[in-house]
Amino acid sequence: MALDLDQFKQTFFEESAEGLDIMEDGLLNLQPGSPDIDLVNDIFRAAHSMKGAAGNFGFNHVVDFTHALETLLDEMRAGSRNVTEDTVSLLLQSVDCLREMLSVLQEGTDPDESRSVELLQQIHALLENSGDTPATEAVAAEVPAAEVTGWKILFVPNPDLLRTGNDPARLFRVLKDLGTLTVQVSTEQLPSLDQLVPEDCYLSWSLTLLGNVAEEQIREVFEWVEDDCEIEISPLESAAPVQSEVSEQPQRSGTDRRTGGDRRESGGSKEATSIRVGTDKIDSLVNMVGELVITQSMLSQVGRGFDMDRLDALQNGLVQLERNSRELQDAVMRIRMLPINMVFSRFPRLVRDMSQTLGKDIELVVSGEQTELDKTVLEKIGDPLVHLVRNSLDHGIEAPDDRIESGKPPRGTIRLQAAHEGGKIVIQISDDGAGLPVNKILAKARERGLVEPDQTLSKEEVLDLIFQPGFSTADVVTDVSGRGVGMDVVRRNIKALSGMIDVESEEGVGTTFTIRLPLTVAIMDGQLVRVGTETYVLPLVSIVESIQIENQRLNVIASSQQVYTLRNEYIPIVRLHDLFGQKPDSNDLDKQLLVVVEGEGKKAGLVVDELLAQQQVVIKSLETNYMAIEGLSGATILGDGTVAVILDVTGIVHLSSSDLGAPTDLQPTDPQPTDLDHAA
Amino acid sequence: MAKILTVDDSKTMREMVAFTLESAGHEVAQAEDGVEALSIAKGQSFDLVITDINMPNMDGLTLIPELRALPAFKFAPILVLTTESAADKKTVAKEAGATGWIVKPFKPEDLLATIKKVLG
Repeated sequence: MALDLDQFKQTFFEESAEGLDIMEDGLLNLQPGSPDIDLVNDIFRAAHSMKGAAGNFGFNHVVDFTHALETLLDEMRAGSRNVTEDTVSLLLQSVDCLREMLSVLQEGTDPDESRSVELLQQIHALLENSGDTPATEAVAAEVPAAEVTGWKILFVPNPDLLRTGNDPARLFRVLKDLGTLTVQVSTEQLPSLDQLVPEDCYLSWSLTLLGNVAEEQIREVFEWVEDDCEIEISPLESAAPVQSEVSEQPQRSGTDRRTGGDRRESGGSKEATSIRVGTDKIDSLVNMVGELVITQSMLSQVGRGFDMDRLDALQNGLVQLERNSRELQDAVMRIRMLPINMVFSRFPRLVRDMSQTLGKDIELVVSGEQTELDKTVLEKIGDPLVHLVRNSLDHGIEAPDDRIESGKPPRGTIRLQAAHEGGKIVIQISDDGAGLPVNKILAKARERGLVEPDQTLSKEEVLDLIFQPGFSTADVVTDVSGRGVGMDVVRRNIKALSGMIDVESEEGVGTTFTIRLPLTVAIMDGQLVRVGTETYVLPLVSIVESIQIENQRLNVIASSQQVYTLRNEYIPIVRLHDLFGQKPDSNDLDKQLLVVVEGEGKKAGLVVDELLAQQQVVIKSLETNYMAIEGLSGATILGDGTVAVILDVTGIVHLSSSDLGAPTDLQPTDPQPTDLDHAA
Repeated sequence: MAKILTVDDSKTMREMVAFTLESAGHEVAQAEDGVEALSIAKGQSFDLVITDINMPNMDGLTLIPELRALPAFKFAPILVLTTESAADKKTVAKEAGATGWIVKPFKPEDLLATIKKVLG
C-alpha cells in the first residue's frame, strides 16, 4: 500500500505560514537579556512542528534548517544561551529565509540556497561558539546482516508491563508476521488466586521464530518494552548461516531524506485561497439554516389550501422569513470577516527593521487588532497602511537628538488603532513626530500651481493638499519612503474600497491619519432613484443631500452647462435622463428633484424624477458578468426581481463633464471657466 | 476497526496521521492539545492514543498520566510522536506512562505497521 500524503502539503504551507508569524511575532517581543521563556517555547514549538511535518514531505533543507533553529532555541529555552540582540536578528533573518524556502517549495520554482546555506553556517558557528555542538542526526545504525534462519527469544516482562499499555500477545502477533513463531508460556511465577493482583503480569515466554529475520527486526518489536522486561535473543544453534538482505530502514537518516528532493517539482503550485472560520460562526450558520427550514415548512403549511383566515399566519411567516434571511446574510458576511491583525502583524517587524536602518528609536503601539473586516478589504488595505507607517517612520518621527532638543522623549511612538464605529471600521495611524509643515506644504502647492498665489486656504485644506498627485514635501528621497508612490495613490486605493482618508496634524506634536472603511464591499447601502421608467441605485455614502429644484437658483453658463446655486457653491447639474436616454416626467426642472452627490471631492447635482426606498443592495460586478462601463459600478437585483444599475458617482461626474462640455482637468484646452473646479 | 485519538497541535501532522489511520479503516478523533484530548477522552474510550509531546496548554508528557488516571485508559496503548533527534524524549515519555513511540517523519505504511504492535 502506498498512501500519498502530498495532499496535505497545502495544509502544511498554510500552517507553516502561521508558524512563521508566531515565530516572528515572538522574536520581536523577546527582550534580549531577560527573555520570556513561554515566548521562547512558542517560537521553539513553531519551528519544531514545521520540522516534523516538513520531513514527511521530503523537504530536507527545511528540516535541516529548522533543526538548527530548534537546537539554538532549545539552548535559549534551557537557559544555557543568552538571548542577545544578534541572536534575535539572526533568528529573524532565518524566519525570512524559511518563508522564502517555503514559497519556493510551494511554487515549485528553483530554490536559491545560497542564503539558507549562509544562515545555516552562521547558526552552526553560533552553536559551536558556546561549546555546544549541534545535536548530530542519528548515526546510521549498524545493521548486522542476519546469518541465521531462526531465533530463540526469552521474554520475561516486569510485573507492571501491562500498565504501560503494552500487551505481550500483540507483540507476538507482530513477530508472527516476520516468520514462523512458536510460543511457550511459563506460569511458574503465577501466585495463588488470593494473592494474584489482576493488573500485574506474572507470565514469561520463550519463543522460537523461524525465518529470514534480522535481530534488529526483533529488537524493534520489543523496542518499547526493552526497559520493562528481561529479553534474551539468541540465534538458533542448529541454524545454518544464510545471507540476508538488510531490510530497508526508512526512518534512518540516509535514503529517505534524499529521495524527497525530487518530489518537489511534481508537486506544482495549486494555490487555493482558504479562509479560517471559527466553529462558532459555522455553528450559528447551521442554526439559522435550521430556522429557515422551519419557517419554510411553516409557510408551505399555510400555503396549502390557503384562505383569507390564515392571512395572519402568512404575514407572521413572512416576517419570520425576513428575519431569518437577514440574520443569515449577516452570518454569511461574518464568515468573510477576519481580524485586522492579519495586516497589523507585519508592522512590528517593519518598524523594528526600519527604525534600525534610520537610526531612530521608535515604539509601535497596536490596539484593536481583533477588529474584524471583510477579507477583500483586508487584502487591499495592507499596502496603503504600509505606506502610511513608512511615512511616519521616515518623515514623522524625528531622530532621537532632535526629539530631545524639542523637549520630547527620545523614543518616538507610532500608534496603530482599529475600531468599529457606526457600521464602519476606523483605522488610525498616529505618530508623535514633527507634524506636517503647513507653510511648507502651502509654498510647495503654490510653486506647483495647485493653489493660486492669492488664494487663502484653511489649515485643513492645506493638509488635504498632500493627497494631490505628485505631491511630496520630503526634502530628500530616502531609502524608506518617497519612492514615487505618493499619498494620492493611498487615497485612491482607499477610495477604491469606498473608504475615506483624512489627516490631522499639529506641527511639533504629531500627525494622525484616519481611514474609514465600509465593513464590506459586497453589500452597500443604496438609495433607489427613479429616472424615467428605470430604477437606479446611488451609494448612500456619496449623497450629500436631496432637494427640490428651485428655478431661480438655476444658472446657465457657457453653452449648455447648467449650474445650481446652493449656499454659495455652484453645482454642475447632470441630467441623468439625457445620459440614459430616458424621458423625464416633466420638462420643467423645478418639478424634479436634485440629488447632490460628491465624488473625488467634486460635487454634482443629479436630476431624478423620484426618490424611492433606501435599502442594502448586494453588488454584482458588471466587469465579471459583462464588461466595465464608465459611470456604472455594478448592478443589483431588487426585491421584485428586476435588475437595477448602480451608479458610480465619480464616473458620472467625469462622464457628464466630458459629455456636456463642462470644465474638467481632463480637458485643459477647453476654453471654459475653470473656477468651477474648485467650487467643491 | 480500532478507535484512535490523535493529539497534535500541528494540523498538518494531525491530518496526515488521521488520513493514514482512516485509510486503514480506523475511526479517528482529533484533538489539538492535551486539554482538548482529555475532555474528549473523558466521555469515551479509545483503543489507541497517539500524541505529540510538545504542545501548548497541556503537553503530551502531562497528558499521559492524566489519561492513565482514567479507568478507560489505564491499560490503553498510548504512543508519543517524536522526532529522531529526541532520543531522551523516548525515555521521558516511557516514564510518563507511554506505551511506545512513533518517530517523525513517518511513512504511512510504517505508521500502520507500528500500531499493529498495540492494536488487537
